Amino acid sequence: MLSDKDRIFTNLYGLHDWRLAGALKRGVYDGVKGFIEKGRDWIIEEVKASGLRGRGGAGFPTGLKWSFMPKEVGERPHYLVVNADESEPGTCKDREILRHDPHRLIEGMILAGRAMLAHTAFIYFRGEFIHERKVFEAAVEEAYEAGILGRDTIFGWDFDIIVHHGAGAYICGEETALIESIEGKKGQPRLKPPFPANAGLYGCPTTVNNVESIASVGEILRRGGSWFASLGKPNNTGTKLFCISGHVEKPCVVEEEMGITFRELIETHAGGIRGGWDNLKAVIPGGSSVRCVPAEQIIDCPMTFDDLAKLGSGLGTAGIIVMDKSTDIIRAIARLAYFYKHESCGQCTPCREGTGWMWRMLERMAEGRAEKREIDLLFEVSKEIEGHTICALGDAAAWPVQGLINHFRDEIEARIDEYTARADAEGSMVKEMEKAAAG
Amino acid sequence: MSFRRLHPEQPESFAFTPENLAWAKEVIARYPEGRQASAVIPLLTRAQEQNGGWVTEPMIRYIADMLKMRPIRVLEIATFYTQFQLQPVGRKAHIWVCGTTPCRLRGAEELIKVCKRRIAEKAHTLSEDGDFSWEEVECLGACTNAPMIQIGERVYEDLTPERFEEILDEIAAGRWPEPGPQNGRTSSEPLGGPTTLTDDSLFNKGSDAEALIAARKSSAAKHAATAPETPAHAQDETASAKKTEEKERAAAETAKETAKEQAEASALAQGEAKEAKEATESPGAETPKDTALQGAAALADLAEARTPSEEEVEAAKATPPQLYEAPPAQVDDLKLISGVGPKLEKLLNDLGIYTFAQIASWGPGEIKWVDDHLKFKGRIVRDKWVEQAAALAAGGEEEYIRRFGKKPR
Ligand SMILES: Cc1cc2nc3c(=O)[nH]c(=O)nc-3n(C[C@H](O)[C@H](O)[C@H](O)COP(=O)(O)O)c2cc1C
Ligand code: SF4
Ligand code: FES
Repeated sequence: MLSDKDRIFTNLYGLHDWRLAGALKRGVYDGVKGFIEKGRDWIIEEVKASGLRGRGGAGFPTGLKWSFMPKEVGERPHYLVVNADESEPGTCKDREILRHDPHRLIEGMILAGRAMLAHTAFIYFRGEFIHERKVFEAAVEEAYEAGILGRDTIFGWDFDIIVHHGAGAYICGEETALIESIEGKKGQPRLKPPFPANAGLYGCPTTVNNVESIASVGEILRRGGSWFASLGKPNNTGTKLFCISGHVEKPCVVEEEMGITFRELIETHAGGIRGGWDNLKAVIPGGSSVRCVPAEQIIDCPMTFDDLAKLGSGLGTAGIIVMDKSTDIIRAIARLAYFYKHESCGQCTPCREGTGWMWRMLERMAEGRAEKREIDLLFEVSKEIEGHTICALGDAAAWPVQGLINHFRDEIEARIDEYTARADAEGSMVKEMEKAAAG
Repeated sequence: MSFRRLHPEQPESFAFTPENLAWAKEVIARYPEGRQASAVIPLLTRAQEQNGGWVTEPMIRYIADMLKMRPIRVLEIATFYTQFQLQPVGRKAHIWVCGTTPCRLRGAEELIKVCKRRIAEKAHTLSEDGDFSWEEVECLGACTNAPMIQIGERVYEDLTPERFEEILDEIAAGRWPEPGPQNGRTSSEPLGGPTTLTDDSLFNKGSDAEALIAARKSSAAKHAATAPETPAHAQDETASAKKTEEKERAAAETAKETAKEQAEASALAQGEAKEAKEATESPGAETPKDTALQGAAALADLAEARTPSEEEVEAAKATPPQLYEAPPAQVDDLKLISGVGPKLEKLLNDLGIYTFAQIASWGPGEIKWVDDHLKFKGRIVRDKWVEQAAALAAGGEEEYIRRFGKKPR
């Protein structure tokens, strides 16, 4: 188990004061002035050395991403945009940072701003995070009062934070949709290129990062990139917030070392699987957008981007959805298909039409009211969506369906058989009755 | 995608109340020049609130006008973003029930049944008395506290259908039950208590920013006190410095009470202690209750470890520090102070400065004297020698690491 002294999110559960006074006690903002003085290149190099990979789902190396920003500020200002849209089913970690440790995030925003030469940051809250937004706004106000934000700050880096919010649209978590949304438009993803680092918010160089990624930066600089890199496994370093939901005894969010095995994670923090390990059916380990993994494959798998990719799944946001044997997995995935249908922004045909089609098909399959050859058809349709759309929502919709078919085809077939048998029985009963009535 | 249309029956007009109008102007001003369309979601959200929870056509036109957008663009926003309700909602509550898979795995279906039975068979339909409406929404980002519902800002988590019904009864009777997990936990820690974050030293690390903040505050206050004829912008500063002072005094006064309260609170059962904590942490609360206590601790730290600000040094009269004629018995390695190399160490030694304790004792006057003597041009302040020396004097390398988060070099 990760030792307490190596944890970044020391007020994860809000058991301590989230305000500035409390944050200072926990060591937030310590050393920031010095890091600002050391400058852009030093910060980027430390973050690169740490091996930190984006915590928003895609796992892109954070230091590298920052280095894509222009090295000097030209005519247009640079912007940092923090993605607090957290809407991926199974994911509820950023919320804990936002409402329980807002200053840790502000600290990271200042440091990231220094690294990408941005003096302004936007933070985009999902519309439903009303309480979280209010807490964060109060923290921002405290930071202005203390000279942490604004002009001529105590750290020597002028910095403003503009708090923005959405109004209920998962797609706005996609970085270019998020930018469109801040600009006052529908959240429809943009074609890339141009990439945001060249032309992002208001056409200015922009980097979008996840809340957890940014909030980790202060501690990484304090302890050194090498400290973070010494935790976890190569290419999958550091600590990570895991959200464990579903059929465990004690669902929870917890910070652990990358590479902890699924078994240890669940045993140590979540009180075990409901009904014991033999009762585990499958796990969706990275938020709803990854393929599910059957019990026997995941139990001893280390929780890393690379190990889960080897299982055809992914770490994604580390929203771990646990399903025991009582789960109707066809229905569980059908409900996710509904989610993607509901959240498609509608601009690409394969996604707009395909998500609805897959959902309706799965609903039929959940009843068994389908034919076995339709399973292959469903798989093919999912392949037609995957990789053929503007943004990754198309892939995200396709993968859960593929995971279901890959691992639980027999269950779908059994459901179809059951239904057919029942229908046949009912059919013959009807015939008998008709006969009786006629005779 | 979902297809959503405006309600067939629309009111005549819409206008912000004066307070909301003032607020709207403030929000618009946050965004860069010419980017006022950025304010559309915040404004429409506020307008929806003002209108009892739903968006109307006159409202869309009003906001389009205010933001110089075409009404069709604002209509697009209202229909695209599902948090905008396009038909009237319950007077007392419009309930979001999360229906996505993680919540379903833990019984969301039962909550939906309650909605159907108690409110209306169909979503987005008013209950008979017009007090309630509901809808099934997608993951609300609280999956480890499933199943859950949300009503406006209030989130009710870890629900059972029975508890949900009680909550509905309360709201119907005009009371708002305490939001959050309904099974006794504080937030997303494992039920029964956290398995992590039990090492108390995590909560007393301290931050060198405390000194910077205090220095900024005191220099602002001094600035205000020493400048009788202050220009307009500085007057603002004076006012705000005063306000902070007042706040601090008020906080100090409540601190004693608070300490007592807190002692009592910790003696209470876990659930009640939680309430006490929430009370202190609600964002609306004016002053954080323990600011004063922590502020005092910070000041105590400061007494031994604060490098004065540049202005303070500038304002001070040069005073010679304590100097040794000859090296004392115990000589410190001054190179451990970041910013002091072999060359500077020699200069300091030549002057009669050999120990951390000496440097730690410097005030603005001493700093000015040494700075002038050795032509350091503000280096002592910039590199925070005094703080560093204080840490090293107090507890050597270990204390230094504790305060600065890195090894001295
Ligand atoms: C459909 C969709 C939804 C997304 N939702 C989120 C989200 O809610 N929060 C988030 O941080 N990233 C989300 N992302 C990923 C972002 O596009 C982006 O990669 C991320 O914010 C980058 O931050 P990081 O590099 O720090 O991970 C989403 C991506 C897609 C395709
Ligand atoms: S893939 Fe779907 S969500 Fe993404 S841009 Fe295309 S239609 Fe919109
Ligand atoms: S699925 Fe209900 S809160 Fe995430």
